[in-house]
Amino acid sequence: MVTVNALTELPPRPDTAGELVDIPHGWEVRDVEQFLYKEARLADENDYDGWEALWTDDAIYWVPVDGEGDHPRTTVSIIFDNRSRISTRMKQVKTGKRYAQAPPSNLRRIIGNVELLGGRANAAGEIDLEIGANFMVLESRDRGNTLWGGRTTYRLRRIDGQIRLAYKKVVLVDNEQAVPTLGFLI
Amino acid sequence: MTAVVPSASEVEEGGSRYDRLIQPARVHGTLYTDPSIFAEELRKIWHRTWVFVGHESEVPQVNDYVRKQLADQDVVMTRDKEGEVHLLINRCAHRGLQVCDDKSGNSSSFRCPYHGWTYRNTGELLGYPYNKGYGGKKQLPLGMGKVARVASYQGFVFGSLAEEGPSLEEHLGAAKGEIDRLVGLAPAGKVSLDAGWLRHKTRSNWKFLAENETDGYHPQFVHGSIFGVTGSPIGELYSDNSTAVTRSLGDGHSENDLRPEFRGFAEPMRWFGTTPDRVPNYVAAMKEAHGEDADRLMIEGAPHVMIFPNLFIAEIQVFNIQPVGVGECVQYSTAVQFDGGHELNMRMVSQSIGSVGPAGMLLADDTEMYERNQRGVAMADPEWLDVRRGLHRESVDENGFTIGTATDETGMRGFWNHYKTLMTAPDEGQDD
Ligand code: FES
Ligand SMILES: [Fe+2]
Repeated sequence: MVTVNALTELPPRPDTAGELVDIPHGWEVRDVEQFLYKEARLADENDYDGWEALWTDDAIYWVPVDGEGDHPRTTVSIIFDNRSRISTRMKQVKTGKRYAQAPPSNLRRIIGNVELLGGRANAAGEIDLEIGANFMVLESRDRGNTLWGGRTTYRLRRIDGQIRLAYKKVVLVDNEQAVPTLGFLI
Repeated sequence: MTAVVPSASEVEEGGSRYDRLIQPARVHGTLYTDPSIFAEELRKIWHRTWVFVGHESEVPQVNDYVRKQLADQDVVMTRDKEGEVHLLINRCAHRGLQVCDDKSGNSSSFRCPYHGWTYRNTGELLGYPYNKGYGGKKQLPLGMGKVARVASYQGFVFGSLAEEGPSLEEHLGAAKGEIDRLVGLAPAGKVSLDAGWLRHKTRSNWKFLAENETDGYHPQFVHGSIFGVTGSPIGELYSDNSTAVTRSLGDGHSENDLRPEFRGFAEPMRWFGTTPDRVPNYVAAMKEAHGEDADRLMIEGAPHVMIFPNLFIAEIQVFNIQPVGVGECVQYSTAVQFDGGHELNMRMVSQSIGSVGPAGMLLADDTEMYERNQRGVAMADPEWLDVRRGLHRESVDENGFTIGTATDETGMRGFWNHYKTLMTAPDEGQDD
């Protein structure tokens, strides 16, 4: 791991790092949608192991505040997880004593407006597929019902023939306001 | 015929409503649920005492401004051309519209969108269109609303809506030393709160948060899930055999003083969960700034202090708690940034993201407790909340402050003492 000693060594922000290039070859919209629906279902059903297994080792799971957010290394975000923190988060919830999710929320979400946006180079120099989609989730727990909505940007990669998730940035519509506890997988 | 017999304590104590509701070992559930009590709190606490609003580093340049909240008041924190920080109430002197609609920016003046009145960033009325309707220019002795008193300590900006009262330094009292401890860990002797704010909507009365912040009894239970999976040693600091103390600092402020534990280990940077060789530049900068004393500062670490009514410094995080209604508040949280401590700053951002805010692996669970607590106290029986833990083993430290063990409710009792003092003070204009 690189130690960052000064602000001058700040890596580029992950959403705009590099440039958006043409959609890489070999991706069918239908396959992409099926993957996104599966990811959504695993999250809705609190299938933590199944959901975690979708991620690549260089995963970034990011939920900023204030629109698209500022640089996540220098400003706070609701979530900014790398692969190891995703794993910690899953381990915590699987203890059954992560009270914000114990009992777990009841959830169902709709994903729509799925759009292949282009390709973006990853650290290994390959091109990941970048996708945008809108979503709405109805969350129900003792606190009451909460309607969450926003736009997600995903980056997908094929590893050994399997589609995997390398990047997920969730921009909540109401992220300029105070939001309630977000204990589930958004 | 049924006679209603008042309880023994009611007969003995008599006095005001708050003398009955707040007793040495218990407090009444309606304190968290009664809208008339909340309305009275707004008048006697939030509109009167010093309330934490923001930090000077949020408006670093001349003419910077940022919208903030002071309880139910929408406030604009501005820095004028002389560099002075103001807290304007976001209300037009003409017909009461919100003047400033951007969240932050840089401007020497604000224009109300309704009829175009303009104000300097000090609140002074600069002008109004078609001025003949007022007999010419500069005829009106009006301006935007202002928070009556504004003061800062180590860059932390507080406002009081009361024209008169104790000074900020009097209000902070012993809590000043805790802010100093935090700032002492910044090699350049200054902290910044410029890493943005998370906003966590919480369906709970604000007092549950204020009480919980230095409740050393809950961490092992509420946070056992994260301590367990990360192997964090934090839980032990709040165990039954911890040498840490809970201290009531007076004026409603309280702390969990973890220094006895860290002094025992005598390992610099243990408080931050690291070792000097992993943050060599920071350690060198601290030695340069503090010489001989650097090791002590890096061993003892940052404070864990709740400053009445709404500023919580949790080592490397700062919380600003603002009430919305009797059963709702917002927790604003951010990562402390040390001037001259770049090596730690990104780590503090990263740790804060992991810990606090709506998805934080610590605070989401605290917040779940606050919300279940709010639902719980709406139940009819038992009517009281017990705050007696450790009352029998409290002592007074060398500075005259009441202390209990790491898990005692000493901080809460200090909170309620001060709360009662403020709530039994006469209402403004009713002193006669
Ligand atoms: S209300 Fe602001 S100018 Fe009329
Ligand atoms: Fe806690």
